[in-house]
Amino acid sequence: MKHVMSPLDFTTEELDKLFDLAGDIERHPDKYAHICDGKKLATCFYEPSTRTRLSFEAAMMNLGGKVLGFSDAASSSASKGESVSDTIRMISCYADICAMRHPKEGAPMVASTKSRIPVINAGDGGHQHPTQTLTDLLTIRSLKGRLGSFTIGLCGDLKFGRTVHSLINALIRYSNVKFVFISPVELKIPDYIREDVLRKNNIPFQEVIRLEDSIADLDLLYMTRVQRERFFNEEDYVRLKDFYILDKEKMSLARPDMLVLHPLPRVNEISVEVDDDPRAVYFKQVQYGVYVRMALILTLLELA
Amino acid sequence: MTDVNKTLDRKEVIYMLNVGKIEEGFVLDHIKAGKSLSIYHHLQLDKLDCTVAIIKNAKSGLMGKKDILKVECDIDKLNLDILGFIDHTITVNVIKNGEIVEKRKLELPKEIKNVIKCKNPRCITSIEQELPHIFVLTDTEKEIYRCKYCEEKCAEI
Repeated sequence: MKHVMSPLDFTTEELDKLFDLAGDIERHPDKYAHICDGKKLATCFYEPSTRTRLSFEAAMMNLGGKVLGFSDAASSSASKGESVSDTIRMISCYADICAMRHPKEGAPMVASTKSRIPVINAGDGGHQHPTQTLTDLLTIRSLKGRLGSFTIGLCGDLKFGRTVHSLINALIRYSNVKFVFISPVELKIPDYIREDVLRKNNIPFQEVIRLEDSIADLDLLYMTRVQRERFFNEEDYVRLKDFYILDKEKMSLARPDMLVLHPLPRVNEISVEVDDDPRAVYFKQVQYGVYVRMALILTLLELA
Repeated sequence: MTDVNKTLDRKEVIYMLNVGKIEEGFVLDHIKAGKSLSIYHHLQLDKLDCTVAIIKNAKSGLMGKKDILKVECDIDKLNLDILGFIDHTITVNVIKNGEIVEKRKLELPKEIKNVIKCKNPRCITSIEQELPHIFVLTDTEKEIYRCKYCEEKCAEI
């Protein structure tokens, strides 16, 4: 029985298989519409999340399965002081697979050690969110046709953004990936990513302040939100925030085949005028999120 | 204080500083100065019913100053994993019949359990009390241990 705690739990070969399956699901949804008849997914969400929970639930329903669960800790037995270990033992009697989100880091891993059913980490604090990274990788692979041999720009809050760190760790396993990190000085990638991940593996990267300065070199642009509260003072925020807002003008500097991704929710870092640009694929990314979760459920239930 | 008491006190001091040979047990040498008490506690030597000598700030040609621990007990009672985790450069001399019969090499253990606690307030171990605190060796070169659950780097003990 396999659990998924981190995107690195899969080898690149295993990911290829998973993404091939997701591609087949995209092309032939009817083939998979009843494959999970009689199966149940438990969504154990100890903190609120709209997109991830609904994406998991849609994935299971698309496969013909049913879902049960809770969407915040207050409506679960955690409010009575029940441990994660005990909750998962109980859930194991009710469902065939579990997706768990928890504000405490490592909670899904604890659950996996006591579980009789596969557990998927649906986000644990600032630690891991593997299905977001799998979504990002599938989107790139499907729309770019390859994982590797490209220059990817990561823009915004690169210091605290777990999706960014996770994506970097996943992408360095592919050949010829160049990174351009676009952020204010205050929100640059952490030292351990720079030293232990990039330099240690001889991965080419550059760090720049302004999006306009590098957008023309990119095959992919991964946008994230720059939050006001991350800045030391209001003055810096006002001075810098426009550097990280993607609009039509900045898009005019980009290559005709550059793709724009975003883990969502978007606030104001991508102007709505960009939404109609065919290079803006962040809503397609949401759809790929469902496909990859469907592929993951099938793989973990050994129904693929 | 009477003259008799003064004499007794001096005798005691002389006796304490003259730490003699041990017949059977182990001598932990080349401990970084000031670390011996921490090692004493982590090895739970306080729970053993045997002679333990803690020598602090001894002169060392190699280190300037060092600590030494002498323990008169069965070597198997020593948890080498904990010792390797604390400082794998410590020399472990095994003593039998008053002589050094073996020098054991310490290695960095792959995993340690319930030796230190994860200090990350966001870690699941901060709310689930019964969980064992496990740290895993993730970088042998830099000697980095990370919490098995949240992957937070272990702070120096």
